[in-house]
Formats: sequence, structure tokens, C-alpha cells
Amino acid sequence: MTALALVLAFAIGAVIIAVSNEVVLEAWGNFGNEPLRAVEASFEAVGEAYGALFEGALFDPGAASVTEFFAPISETAVAATPLIASGLAVTLAFRSGLFNIGGEGQAILGAAASAYVGFHFGLPPVIHLFAALLAATLAGAAWGFVPGYLKVRTGAHEVITTIMLNYVAGLLVVYLLTMKAFERVGRSAGISPLVAGNARLPELFGGGLRVNAGLILVLCLAWVVWWLLFRTTLGYGLRAVGQNRKAARSGGIDVGATVIGAMSISGALAGLAGACTMLGTDFALSSETAAGLGFAGISVALLGRATVKGTVAAGFLFGALQAGSIQMQAATGTSADLVTVIEALIVLTIAAPLLMARVFRLRAGDAGVSTTSGGWSA
Amino acid sequence: MMKLELRGITKRFGSVVANDGIDLLVEAGEVHCLLGENGAGKSTLMNLLYGMLSPDSGEILIDDRPVHLDSPASAMAAGIGMVHQHFTLVPPLTVAENIVLGDEHGGRLGWLDRARAKREVADLVERFGLEVPAASTIESLPVGIRQRVEILKALRRDARLLILDEPTAVLTPHEADRLFDVVRQLRADGRSIVFISHRLAEVRAISDRITVIRHGRVVGEADPVTTEVELASMMVGRTVDLAVEKPPLIEQAGTALDLEGVSLLGEGGEPRLADVNLTLRTGEILGVAGVQGNGQAELVDILLGAEHPTSGTIRLGGEEMQGCSRREMLAAEVGYVPEDRHAEGLIDGFSIAENLILDQYRAKRFSSAGRLRFDEIEGNADELMSKFDIRAPSRDTNCDTLSGGNAQKVVLARELSRELRLLVAVEPTRGLDIGSSAFVYKQIVDARSRGTAVVLVSSDLDEIFSLADRIVVLYRGRVTGTATPSTDRDQVGLMMAGAAA
Amino acid sequence: MNAISASATGNMGETRRAPFALIVAGILLAVVLGLTGEPSKSAKFAISPVDSNINLGSISLPVGVVGLICGALTVALGAYALTLLPRRMPPWILRTAFGLIAVAFLVWAAAGNSLNLSSLAEASVVGALPLLLGALAGVLCERSGVINIAIEGQFLFGAFAASVAASALGLWVGLVAGSVAGGLIGAILAYLAVRYAADQVIVGFVLNLLALGLTSFLFTQVIVPNQEAFGSPPTFSPIDIPVLSELPIVGPALFDQNVILYIAIAILVATQLMLSRSRWGLRTRAVGESPEAAQSAGIDVLRLRTRNVIAGGLIAGLAGVFLTIGSVGAFTPNISSGKGFIALAVLIFGRWSPGGSLLAALLFGFAEAVESALSVVGSPIPPELLQMFPYLVTLVVVAGLVGRARPPAADGKPFIP
Repeated sequence: MTALALVLAFAIGAVIIAVSNEVVLEAWGNFGNEPLRAVEASFEAVGEAYGALFEGALFDPGAASVTEFFAPISETAVAATPLIASGLAVTLAFRSGLFNIGGEGQAILGAAASAYVGFHFGLPPVIHLFAALLAATLAGAAWGFVPGYLKVRTGAHEVITTIMLNYVAGLLVVYLLTMKAFERVGRSAGISPLVAGNARLPELFGGGLRVNAGLILVLCLAWVVWWLLFRTTLGYGLRAVGQNRKAARSGGIDVGATVIGAMSISGALAGLAGACTMLGTDFALSSETAAGLGFAGISVALLGRATVKGTVAAGFLFGALQAGSIQMQAATGTSADLVTVIEALIVLTIAAPLLMARVFRLRAGDAGVSTTSGGWSA
Repeated sequence: MMKLELRGITKRFGSVVANDGIDLLVEAGEVHCLLGENGAGKSTLMNLLYGMLSPDSGEILIDDRPVHLDSPASAMAAGIGMVHQHFTLVPPLTVAENIVLGDEHGGRLGWLDRARAKREVADLVERFGLEVPAASTIESLPVGIRQRVEILKALRRDARLLILDEPTAVLTPHEADRLFDVVRQLRADGRSIVFISHRLAEVRAISDRITVIRHGRVVGEADPVTTEVELASMMVGRTVDLAVEKPPLIEQAGTALDLEGVSLLGEGGEPRLADVNLTLRTGEILGVAGVQGNGQAELVDILLGAEHPTSGTIRLGGEEMQGCSRREMLAAEVGYVPEDRHAEGLIDGFSIAENLILDQYRAKRFSSAGRLRFDEIEGNADELMSKFDIRAPSRDTNCDTLSGGNAQKVVLARELSRELRLLVAVEPTRGLDIGSSAFVYKQIVDARSRGTAVVLVSSDLDEIFSLADRIVVLYRGRVTGTATPSTDRDQVGLMMAGAAA
Repeated sequence: MNAISASATGNMGETRRAPFALIVAGILLAVVLGLTGEPSKSAKFAISPVDSNINLGSISLPVGVVGLICGALTVALGAYALTLLPRRMPPWILRTAFGLIAVAFLVWAAAGNSLNLSSLAEASVVGALPLLLGALAGVLCERSGVINIAIEGQFLFGAFAASVAASALGLWVGLVAGSVAGGLIGAILAYLAVRYAADQVIVGFVLNLLALGLTSFLFTQVIVPNQEAFGSPPTFSPIDIPVLSELPIVGPALFDQNVILYIAIAILVATQLMLSRSRWGLRTRAVGESPEAAQSAGIDVLRLRTRNVIAGGLIAGLAGVFLTIGSVGAFTPNISSGKGFIALAVLIFGRWSPGGSLLAALLFGFAEAVESALSVVGSPIPPELLQMFPYLVTLVVVAGLVGRARPPAADGKPFIP
């Protein structure tokens, strides 16, 4: 099923590449005279684009050195790192019966907080890094707490509130960048000073491979999220509320506190996703920081079907697509936005209908809809 | 005039056969009762007749011609009307809008002819003598009136055969009598009525002919002079003793629960419970009777700490509890068997083992320092599954695959496996077969023998009369009377309709 | 969207809190604007349209006086609401108070400067138009029980298709193409969320992603290299209705706009009337409130929902049309910049009704107009914070702090016949 969806998404992507390619269109315009040329041009365009995508994501057959050989995989891991964290944030919320569309804002603020701690303070190694990560965690958690609190206290749907908070967070960062505290000496406004070396996530292998300790961090996070959900009383409460609020309440679970907690933890994870980009690759805050990271996390979680393992795997897949898309754009001029299209298609073809059957069936039941309606006698 | 015949109707859901080769003949102008237990397949059969489901095999004939009913629209076109057990009315729309819905008279461009709709409703009201306020919204009307709207809706479509699915379940005895008058009048008018019920007395009172179904099969036909005991044994397949064995009440038992002047105001300030006073001794079962929606849900919420009374005191073993949360009520040994197991009692996506610790997962036994102790959780599951005879492939089976009886056993096992001072049970046997019901009754009586006070909320008077030691009747949020199992049922019925005792 | 921890006491508390909140807000307003800061400064408001022959001059409002008056009136409203307890505060009180606070705020922010009210009104209407169309699209979907979170994607698709089609084939083809593009997304949503019963919010979200990715991709691949062919579409010119367009304040806003405004007004009136008085409207309301009841009355629930969702898409696509060939012309990536989501908020604020959506859209349009007018003349507030205003207002709105409404009972719930 998943494989089929991948093939389908890439096939549609191929059609989109072909129909948007000048050379291909010209060749098809000349179809009457040279029919084979048109087909050939289509395959050429698609082949080149996907070839570059592959080279950028996995390995380059023409690599001249060990570093060059491993560079694409390293880039895939680098791209996957924040995606996995952001996906875990969404997965944890899904499991608690919540749809956190606010990963975007939570990640942006997480990145901003870690940047500020990273460039403003001078702390010893390790401590500085942990301080920056902690700041990101708290900032993300705070931005997740707000929609959770609003939902519990006022009934405001988290989907709308988180979308609004995303915009507020984005504008807040733009505003912060105009302030003195975020000004980089010698630069016009719009970009912060660089994060100190002590606060950066160390590279794992060095030698030009950018893959860093962030990868280890998010894999640990994945384990923690799994352990939390399935091995602790807190996770039991989260899942119970996610599956059936009414029954959870009857069982003495404080549903309101659980919802707020779930949104806060989810926000913290998204904040860490922002920190991974900031402390792993970006090192300076700009209005573009972490843009799209929260939304990508939703796709990752959906493709991973709201399981921890699935989220990690989907994170690597989408990481590969993103790493490859940069190479594709550079080598063939095919816009990297294609990857967004392919991602959306994958999720649309498999995850959306399936999720309805799995994760959301009970949520729907909670709302009074029976999925086995019609049948059975009363 | 319409004759309806079903020949060999079979309907399966997965591996379950809901209807198995059913033959049924409804003559023109007769009231034909379909008698069967909950889960016998009556509603499935009627949904087949109303085009909401399609049979896997078999034929439906109207006036000896086979018809194909694939949607409610085609059933209506064939002259079949249905009044569902759960009304199919749109609450915020008016009576007139509801009656014309789906078959509206429109002017040009699809504009509604509202004057005509009003006239039509007035005509219907006059013709059938069923008084309804055409301009009121459904949500502002009592259930009895809503049911009339449902009937008028079907009659407007010129239903020559009317299916009434458990029509008395939500009515007071008085409202039910009015309904029977209407049914007789419709029969006199030449219409056929299929009356679905599992209540023996009313079936005998209203029907011309009775068909009994059990486990999806027709097990026999009867006429209204058949005795209730005979009908019951046909319905359940063996002679049953409806009485429950109860040891005598504990002498000089202390007061377990004491409600004093408990009131609850709704959002708009309307009273939902008004000055409720109750006392319950340890080891006593208090039956709370009443038509659904007269304050039972609110009373239950207050006993569980899900709602806090606006005024009044609740004492549990002498201790004031009115401000307590659900969790504190749990800690005070209050157990709960909810009305809808799958909505409120169980978490369907959780395993049996997980469900069995739902109200105790934070207890020392099942967790330490925030970590779940799986050895204990699994041991607990094994123990309770054998003690309560929960039949499932394993303790890791998800609860959504359990049958009604087994699901209810999981709930009971969880609630009764700990010390309880008070058990609140709401419709504990709804949707269960007789065997499972007997098991549930036994468990409740056993709890009583151990000294647990039980509040039993049920809309089934049989259940209340066989289990309760004492009975209170709720009407519009007030206790309108008290009774004992030896009180005349008609007396209780009158109280349910609001008459003071 | 009921509160999870809804308890009788909590709701009673809210009922009681609102009047006090008004009184406190009124006092704050009077003190902050009326007594501190620069109460003697004035804001000037020109009344006639900029290019009008009639000049009605301008009014000058001192910050302090306006602050005191508006503050006092707000306190009075709060006091009146107190006398109504324990009844809920009627919605008009909050709306009026909101208006008063907005006026005072506007005067304060524009102190020392001059604003043209006719221009402000025009900018409000222009800002409100796509929001209104988006909300009307939402009305069609949600009143029949389908949450449409893909309005943003429909805006983008519509904007892109309109721009390209208008460049290549002319304005009116562009209009139709844009609308149809929105309808196409509606069709996918209907197919997956109505027929397939998939989660409506998830499908809508992914469709937004798809629309954003696809339009951005095609922009880079197709429009950028072919600027002349696809990148410079014509735009609808305003229809200047003589005399009326010179009316003060409302003239330019209502009588000197392009055809899309008039189409939108027609759709607005039509949906408002048809929802309450037509067969389609009755059925839509029935399906949105109780699909089971509608089905048993012989209505094909899925077909009605499908049609409504597609019709909603056509309307949302029209908003996209306005964003390109109705105003700036050329498409740029993410041109809708979240307006589709604000439209969702407009829908909720407008209580799922066309008329309410109009008022809500105008409020948001006005907020946007004030923000851009102030950023031109310079104001005491940083522009980023001003830009946050609509989002914050939306938060306040959905949190029910300004009168919560009940959504259609079956909204967002898939129906399996």
C-alpha cells in the first residue's frame, strides 16, 4: 500500500515535471513529425530530475572521495533530523486525540529561543548546548500550552488557534529581529548574530559531512516518546484521552489537564525540531528560520500513521526527498517545490483515508458518529 | 390497503447472521407485532424494509409483487413509512419544515412554498387528530409530541404500512396509551402497522398478530391471547424465571449515601435537578425510575463528581462530598457502570488488560514512579478474566471486538474488583441477551450482599422491579414519588408521568 | 467545539465575567487615552473621496475626548449588561463595545496625522472581499456538515489558474478558470472526505500543502520563464457608477469596484435567502444538523454534501481570482498568505451565516485597512505587531470571548449511509 502510493506519487510528479518542461513541450508540439522524440524528451527530463534527486539523497555514483560518497546520505540525515522531531510532535498529539497544526510556530519560537541563548550567552561546552536546547523546549512548550489551554477553557478548536498562533509566531520573530538584542554587528537588520560554537550540535564525523549530534538526539527523542506513550501512566492517560475522552473522564482522568499537557509536550518536541535546525545547520535566526518545518512534520506523522517507528521512517524518507530536491534544483533547474507536491500526494493517497480508519475512528465515535452505522439491531 | 410479505430474508454482517431466512406476512389493516429481545434482529429487519440496508438474499413483496428497496426514498415511494426508535428529526428545524423535508413543494427556482407547507400540516393534524404546533422547533417539544411529528411525517408521504420501532421506549405510560389510540385509529383507517417491541404487556395489548424472532430467525407466531409467560419463553428460547434471588437486607445497616436538597441549574439557569433528597443504606439497591431525560443523567453525574450541585449536600458514609472531583469520588470507592459501554465504559482501542486498570492505573499496585507495572497489569487481567468469565482470545484483545456481554463483563470486572461503598449502574443490561443479563444481575446482587449500596438507573421497569429494594421516580428533575417492588406498577407509571404520589 | 471541561459553574462564571470585563476595559480606555499620554493631540479624518468634486472637509478628533467618551460608553454598556444578569449578555452589547474600543484605538493610533475615511472604507471592502467569499464557501460546506479547511488552497489554485488563463486567453476565461480551479480542490475534498469518509481536517490540510507546492512549482517552471505569455495578465477595471461613486465614505468602496465585488454581493444575497427559503437551503440545514434524519426523509446526504463542497470550491476559487486578476494581476507564490485561514475565522465569527460572515469580513478588512494606513502615516506601534492584529482577533473570536456560536451539529463528522 505504502509502496503503491510512493510509485503513484512519483508517477504524478513525473507527469508534472514533463508538462512543465520547455523542451518536452516543444517536442510534443512537434509530435506529428517526430513522435519518438517527444516521448524521449519526456523521459529525459523526468530521468534527469529524478536522477539528480536520487544522487542528492542517497549516493553519487561519480563520487571522487569517501566524503563525497557519503555526503548525500549525510545531507539526508541532516534534513531528516528536524523532520523526525517535528513529526514526533504531531504523532504525540494525534495519539492524544489532538491535531497540532501549530508545529510551525512552536518550531520557529524554539529556534529563536535556542538562537538567543546560543549567541547571547557565553557558557562552557555541553552546558551551553543544553541551555540552548532547554530554551527551545520551553519556548515550544509555551506555544503549545496556549492552544491547549484555550481548548480546555473555552472550547476553541486547536486547529484554528494553532494556525493563528503560527502567524503570530512568525511575525514575532520578524519583530524580534528589528530589536537591538537580535542585531548582528555590521549587518543590516533581518539576521541575528551567529550561535556560539559551544552551543552548536557537534558534527558526528567532521570532514565536511554535516550530519550532527541532532540525529542522535531525535532518535533518542523517538525512543522517549514511545516509552512515554506505552510504558508510563502519563502516556496511558494521553492515549486514553486520545481514544475516548468520555471513558477517560469516567476513569478519573483529568481530561483538561491531559489535553493541555499533550499540547505542551507536543510543542516542546516541535520547539526541539526548531533547535535542531538552528543549532545543527543554520546558526543564525532569520525570518526564514524553520519555515515549513511544522507543516512537514504533519506530513511525516501522517505518512508514519501516527506511530513512532513510522514517523522515524517517514522522517528519513522526506529528509531524503528534501536533500535530493536541492541537488535536483541545482543540477536540472527543476524547482524544489516539486518535493512538496510529491509529499502531499503520498500523504493524500495513503495516509488520509487510512488514518480515518485507525487513529480517528474513536475520535469520530466520541463525536457521536458510529462507523458501523445502519446494521445491527437495537 | 397494503399487504406486505417477506420471503427468506437473510442479512449477514461479516460472520454474524443478523437475519436468517425470515418469512413474514403482514395483512392489510392489521397491527403486526414483531417481538424479540434486544439483539434478536428486529431492527436489522426493519432497516432492510426501509431500504437502509439490502438483504443478502430473499424477497420483499408488496401486494404480491416483488419490490426492490435500496433507499429510504424508494421505501417511501412503495408506501412504507418508518418511525425510528431514535427520532429522525432535525432539532433546530420547525415541525412544518421537518414534516415536508425531503418532499417539499417548491415554487419556481426551488423556493419553498411555506404557506402551503403550513396548510398541509394543518390538514394532516385535522385528518388524524394528532395535535402538533407547526411553527415550533423540534428541540423545544417534549418527546411525545416529537413522536407524533414522526408519525405525521410518514403519513404525509401516504405511508400505507407504518413501522414503529420500539415506539414506547421514550414515552411515559400515559403517552404510550395515547400512542396506542393513534395506532388503533390508523388501523381503522385501513393502514398496516408493524409494531416492534420487547415489552410483553404492550405487545399483547395492541397487536392483532405476533411474530417472535430470536437470534435472527422467526421462532413462532402467536396471537394476543397468548400469556406473557408463553411469549417470554418463545422470545428467549427457554422458560425463564424473571425473579432475581436476593438475600434479605442487612439489618440495621448504616447510611451509605445521603443526598440533601441537591439542586443543579443548567447553563441558562433552568433547574435540571431540584431539591433531591435521597438516603441509601449499605447493602441496599435503590432503583431510579423515570422516562429518559428527567434528571437521571444529572443525578448520575453528581454522584460521580462529574458535575457539582448548585446547592445541597452529598454525604458518603457521613463525609460531605459535593465539591469532589471524579478522581476523588473514585478514591472514595464509588464505582460506575455506564449506560453506553463503548462510549463511556471502555476504551475500544485499548486491550482488555489496559481497560481493566482504567480507574486504577495510577494506584501503587499498577504503577511505580509513573511507570506502568506490566506484570501486575497482566496478572490482574488473567485473574479477572477467569473470575468474570470474560471470553476473548487473550488479555491483549482490543475491546472493540468483544460482544456486548463480554464488554459489559470487562466493565463489571473492573468496577467490582475493588472495594466499593457505592455502585452507580445505569441501564446495566441494555443490549444484552438474557444470559448476560442474568450474570449482570447476579453480580449486582452479590455486590449488595457484600454491603455495597447500589443506585440503579433504568428505564426498564421490569429491571427495577426485580432488582431494587426501594424505588424513587424522577420527573423533570424532581423526585415525584417513592415506591417498593410491591407497589402497583400503574402507580409508578403515573409518577413517571408527573403525578404526585 | 464545546469546552472540554464545561461545567455549569464555569459557564455561569463566564456569563458573569463578561460585563465586568467591559467595565474594566472602559475604565482602562478612558484612563489610558483620556488622561495619560498625549490627550490633546488630534487625529484628522477627511470624509470625501480623494478625487471627488464635493469636498465635505474633515473632522478633527482629540484623542483625550474620544478616549473619555468611548471609555464611558463602554462602562455604561457593561453596567447595563450587569442589570440583565443572570441572563447572558446579548451579542449587540459586545459588538458595540468592540466598535467603541476600535474607534478610540484608531483615533489614538492616528493622532497627529490625517486619514481619509473614504479611502479607509474602500481598503476595508477590498480587504474584506476575499475573506467574505472564502467564508461563503465555508458556509456552503459547513452548513451541510463538511469542514473545509482547504479554503486557503482553493484561493491559491484559483489565483494561479486565473492569472495564467487570463494572460493566455483573456480576462473572463481567467475568471471562469480560477473559479473552476477552486471547485476542483473542492471535488477532491468531497471525494475523499465525503465519499471516502476520511478525516475532513486532515484531507483539507494536505490539499493546502498540495496547492501551495503545485502553484509554487508551476510558477517557477512555467510563469517565470514565460513572463510575457503567462506572467502579465490583464486585470478587471473598476466600474465607476456615476454620482454614487462620489458619495462620501461609501462611494469608492461600493460604487467604484470591479465586477468581482458585485458577483460576491450577488452570491451573498443568494446564499442568505436560499439557505432559509429554498428547498436546497432546507435540505442543506437538515443534512448539516442531522444527516440521519435527512437520509430517512429520502435525501441523498452524500450527493448534497458533494455538491455543496464543490460549489463552495467554486466560490473560494473566485476569491483567488480576485487576488490576482481582480487586483494586482500577476501571481506570486503563496499570494493568499493565510487569507483562507482567516476566512475560516470569519465564518466562525459570522456564526456560520452569510450575513454574519459579511459583518465579520468587514471587521477584518477594516483591521487590515487601518493597519496599512497607519504603517503609511507612521504610528506608535511597530508594523509587525499591527499585522498580528487580525490573527489575535481571530484567537479571541474562536476562544468565544466575543460571543460563541453553535456550529451545525453534524459539522466535521463523516456520514456513512
